[in-house]
Amino acid sequence: MRRVAGVDVGGTFTDLLLHEAGPEGIRVRLAKIPTTSANQADGVLAAIAQAAVAPSALDLIIHGTTTTTNAVLERKVARVGLITTRGFRDTLELGRRTRPRAYGMTGTFEPLISRERRLEVDERVDAKGGVVVPLDERQLDAAVRRLLAMDCESLLIHFLHAYANPTHELRAGEIARQLWPSPYVTLGHQLLSEFREYERGTTASVNAAVQPILDRYVRRLQSELKRQGFERDLLVMNGNGGTVAARLVARDAAKTIMSGPASGVMAAAATLAQSGIRNAITYDMGGTSTDVALVHGGVPQVSAEIAIDYGLPIHVPMVDVKSVGAGGGSIASINAAGMLQVGPQSAGSDPGPVCYGRGGVEPTITDANLVLGRLHPHELLAVTGKVTVADVRHLFAQKLARPLGIDVDAAAAAVIRLGNTHMAGAIRMVSLARGLDPRDFTLFAFGGAGPLHAVALARELGLPQVLVPARPGLTNALGCLVADLRQDFVNTLNVALDAADMRQVEAILTEQRERGLAINAEEQSEIVETIVLYGADMQFRGQTHLMRVMLPGPDVSRQTVQALFEAAYHARFQVRLPEIEAVLVNLTTSVIGRRPAFPIASLLEPALRALRVEDAVVDERQLFADGRWQTAQVFDRGRLPIGARLTGPAIVQQMDATTIIEPGATASVDAIGNLQIRVGSAP
Amino acid sequence: MSAIDPVTLAVIQAALGQVCNEMDIAFSRAAFSPVIAEADDRSSGIYHLTTGALISQGELGLPVFVGTMQYSTAELIRLIGEGKAGAPQPGDIYILNDPYLGGTHLMDVRFALPFYYRDQPYCWLQNTGHWPDIGGMVPGGFSAKATEVEQEGLRLPPVKLFKRGTMDAEIFAILNANMRIAEQRIGDIKAQAAALKVGERRLTELLDRYGRDVVTAAALEIHARAARLMRAHIAAIPDGTYRSEAFVDSDGVVNEPLKIALTVSKADETLRFDFAGSSPPCKGPMNSVVATTYSAVYLAMRHIFPDVPLSAGAFEPLEIARPVGTFLDARYPRPVSGCAAEVSQRIAEAVFLALVAAIPDKVTAAPAGSSGNFALGGFDPAKGKGYVMYQISGGGYGGNADHDGLTNGCSTIGISKSQPVEVLEQYYPVLFKRFALREGSGGAGAQRGGFGVHYEVELLRGEARASFVMDHGRFGPPGVLGGADGAPNVVRVHRAGATLVPEHLSKDQDIPLTPGDRVEVLTPGGGGYGNPLSRNAALVARDVSRGYYTRNAARALFAVALSEDGSVDQAATDRLRQACSARPREGGN
Repeated sequence: MRRVAGVDVGGTFTDLLLHEAGPEGIRVRLAKIPTTSANQADGVLAAIAQAAVAPSALDLIIHGTTTTTNAVLERKVARVGLITTRGFRDTLELGRRTRPRAYGMTGTFEPLISRERRLEVDERVDAKGGVVVPLDERQLDAAVRRLLAMDCESLLIHFLHAYANPTHELRAGEIARQLWPSPYVTLGHQLLSEFREYERGTTASVNAAVQPILDRYVRRLQSELKRQGFERDLLVMNGNGGTVAARLVARDAAKTIMSGPASGVMAAAATLAQSGIRNAITYDMGGTSTDVALVHGGVPQVSAEIAIDYGLPIHVPMVDVKSVGAGGGSIASINAAGMLQVGPQSAGSDPGPVCYGRGGVEPTITDANLVLGRLHPHELLAVTGKVTVADVRHLFAQKLARPLGIDVDAAAAAVIRLGNTHMAGAIRMVSLARGLDPRDFTLFAFGGAGPLHAVALARELGLPQVLVPARPGLTNALGCLVADLRQDFVNTLNVALDAADMRQVEAILTEQRERGLAINAEEQSEIVETIVLYGADMQFRGQTHLMRVMLPGPDVSRQTVQALFEAAYHARFQVRLPEIEAVLVNLTTSVIGRRPAFPIASLLEPALRALRVEDAVVDERQLFADGRWQTAQVFDRGRLPIGARLTGPAIVQQMDATTIIEPGATASVDAIGNLQIRVGSAP
Repeated sequence: MSAIDPVTLAVIQAALGQVCNEMDIAFSRAAFSPVIAEADDRSSGIYHLTTGALISQGELGLPVFVGTMQYSTAELIRLIGEGKAGAPQPGDIYILNDPYLGGTHLMDVRFALPFYYRDQPYCWLQNTGHWPDIGGMVPGGFSAKATEVEQEGLRLPPVKLFKRGTMDAEIFAILNANMRIAEQRIGDIKAQAAALKVGERRLTELLDRYGRDVVTAAALEIHARAARLMRAHIAAIPDGTYRSEAFVDSDGVVNEPLKIALTVSKADETLRFDFAGSSPPCKGPMNSVVATTYSAVYLAMRHIFPDVPLSAGAFEPLEIARPVGTFLDARYPRPVSGCAAEVSQRIAEAVFLALVAAIPDKVTAAPAGSSGNFALGGFDPAKGKGYVMYQISGGGYGGNADHDGLTNGCSTIGISKSQPVEVLEQYYPVLFKRFALREGSGGAGAQRGGFGVHYEVELLRGEARASFVMDHGRFGPPGVLGGADGAPNVVRVHRAGATLVPEHLSKDQDIPLTPGDRVEVLTPGGGGYGNPLSRNAALVARDVSRGYYTRNAARALFAVALSEDGSVDQAATDRLRQACSARPREGGN
């Protein structure tokens, strides 16, 4: 019997999926408990306990944590000292002359490293990597000691043009490590060897700021697991959707940022692949925000230009998840001109929507769902029980329906419709920015509220189909179970392709591969197959946007690279530009150690499935859709047989999500238990 | 007008905005010009068929274009009516950049597409993109010394660059022969036209879905509602007359400050803007065409009330008296290259300074308000090629009721990022000695101004010429409500052991440089907000520990005394502050 647990710590819940494979077949156990923010490790252990398994019986734990993301967003980070090139101590504070919003001359920004802890030393390398001013080692020694005297826990050494020649950074690191009492020393070129001093330096500063925090957390988790008898392997999720051995994770701690949303997308990709769908938009709607990503040709799209927050770009390759500031808590209001508005203000989770009964008094999207029978009162009112549907309706009447001159039902429907319009707009921008037409995609809906809105949203976007996975509320934990070991590398060349040294290209790609293989080798027993992907980020001379071109291998010819780039550019812009020179900007390698596939079909217990679809009906209720109240049957998701077909209006309920099948839509349960919905059009 | 239901109205408003956003994105992604692709110096919108009035504009466009394109659409419609521009046909795209026809400067090239729905003309789609060069006496177009528009570049009246879907190769040949780095322009032209085509497709889908009559009715209603929203905001401003002055250092040719005198009168639900008393048209390129002047007022109001939709209706309650006879209403052949980047920011500043007394919780002290253009043109012997390097800079923002001003904020009229030092050094023969926060530059206040930038760059190889179009060199950005002014802009050119300060302080052209020479620029800090004596002393101590201010400045500007260890010496501070408040203070606005 082999037991693998995927444990994801989210903002609200800690989720666990346990996969047991033995002679009697496969079994899946679940657990969901409130996240323990003070020490996430407590929640992890509690989730394992809830799944009724002893830690000592587990073979492998794969863990997704928000420790680093939260630390940065809440600025509860380690005290970091910076040593940098003379004249450039303010790079991290100045940024690139921006403001938080296009309109409004206000806003604030605090860098992760305060100015008094940013010191300069004499040294300078030029853009070609030539030494202009040698490193002054005595100044460096003094700067390290000064930062230690200021109680810095973590040290960042970031020099200009270190991507072109890291000698000074490496030497400075060597000196600093002899003095620094902890291993928390980050070099600027360590996470990505890419030009642009602010972005590279900020990425490295994030690493330095969260490294001690992640290191302590992982150590504590490991020691507590060990106390309970677990001494096997622990893997930790990275934002690139892959995993890395716990022992190595803290070194590049910044890579764990945004790993939660990345897990969800990895789970989506695995689920879609087993359902035979190659193109999808993943749509995870929560209380305060909604995460959107693209799976194109079966592959989650990756970006190396994500910002965690205003002024905090983090340029390591990550699953490209865009967060849209609209969720169930988005507030509906009437502005001074009498126009209905939904968002951007949100009731968040505290006080939250009115129906949570925590003192919220502004109508939200979640409240509108309740008013219209799309959400079941009992599920939500359980929060406190102080607020009734009648109370919520009264508030809608007062704040929205009366000023608009319509009835409460119409007002609530308007809130949902306008919320979907904004959401659809945001999703279109995400896909269009990549040059993809969203209409060629399936909407993969998960998270607490995703399946509630998915069919209406797909219609708004012109998407033909929605897929709701078996466990919409446990998708991130599933992402842990399905994630591969994955290491990504970037090195900047920035030379005209015609002038590139192709032997150097081969040497860099080969070195990147070897580094990745060495890291994955830590968990060799988990790997069933290794895949290495080589890429080049390219542009035509004079352009600023980059285009990623996949290369067949390290020993690629100049002509091949040129041809691949021209073809990719034409596919994207329908333009050929033979007169303009191609530039080879970055070389990238992804080393992927494939883990054994997880059978998605096992997520819902086959034995619980009813034989006939009628036997899955548990209730019926009134649902407001297309301008009128209609009777909808309510189905229990776990009891729906494979191949079952449902016709809207219908409601599918399960522990952690409600799916609305609108009138005019038809749903079927596919071979592995996913709900595939043809959205059709409103009758 | 048929009554349109409130839900459809809100949905169509969002959908029209989406059409514009998608045009913006399509333009940026495919454009070659870094100014468009990276700096987003472009904008897209939908305009009324017969009046040219703004129906909707993208939120991702450059703010300074908020009002201008409706004027250029109106001028285009007028010229077509007068037979001076060809009558539109489906598939046509006009090109124009004439500043006096509802424009900005020559580099902002507008494409206008007559939109047909089911073979009937319905509205106009237009976009503007800043081209890196349009000919003229200096590369890039920002000449500080031009005295007539012909010196600034090629001026295009509205002509059809695309006729029934096909590009006119002859017009293209003229364009190509009249601008630098011409080989990349075909990429930009294709991108700019393709973006309008994206808008055409999406707007057609919208009309198919909701029907022509419903969309038309919605557009009218959105216009009316935008006006209502702006009126509601104005209603909250106390009745009265508010005055301000703002100064452009000089026009680049005659070394005299140019005055913007603004009187804002609020009565009922209308704001009236009168620029009477402003300087007459100037000899150098710091004139503003009237469309840019209006646009700058709209832009400033949107910075104050960001929730008002981008629709002509929002401008209705803002009555601007045409500033005839001033440099804010330049006519042919006055040179205008500085209007979009610099004069528009002084106009916005005048609006902020006038209204801060009326609505102090909504308006900030003056921001740096300059694009900080520094151009270095030369020949790189190592590459055997000529080059032009553009460096734009930010500065400090003004303090406001809630916070200190932002450091190194973008220009008031822009959203463009500056280029990384590592990128500039890769492309051009320069080495930056420093790129630092400009200490002490933020104007003192209860909420102080943000800090400017202090950079210094050395020429490594070959000969080169340095040009500057900046502002606020003579006076720093004003503080308000008792706050002090931010530090003024400083340019120094270090040549052969001597330091040259441009005669016009913030503007100069073609200063010759040889290897080893250095250019040093210190950009303005933001104005302070409120009495510095009321600033939290602990924040002053923090600012000193960070090196933002010296200990002496803490004492002199904020009346805060610090102990040896850097913490606040409360007793000494109390004494200092009592002594200061006993005598009258000066300064501020």
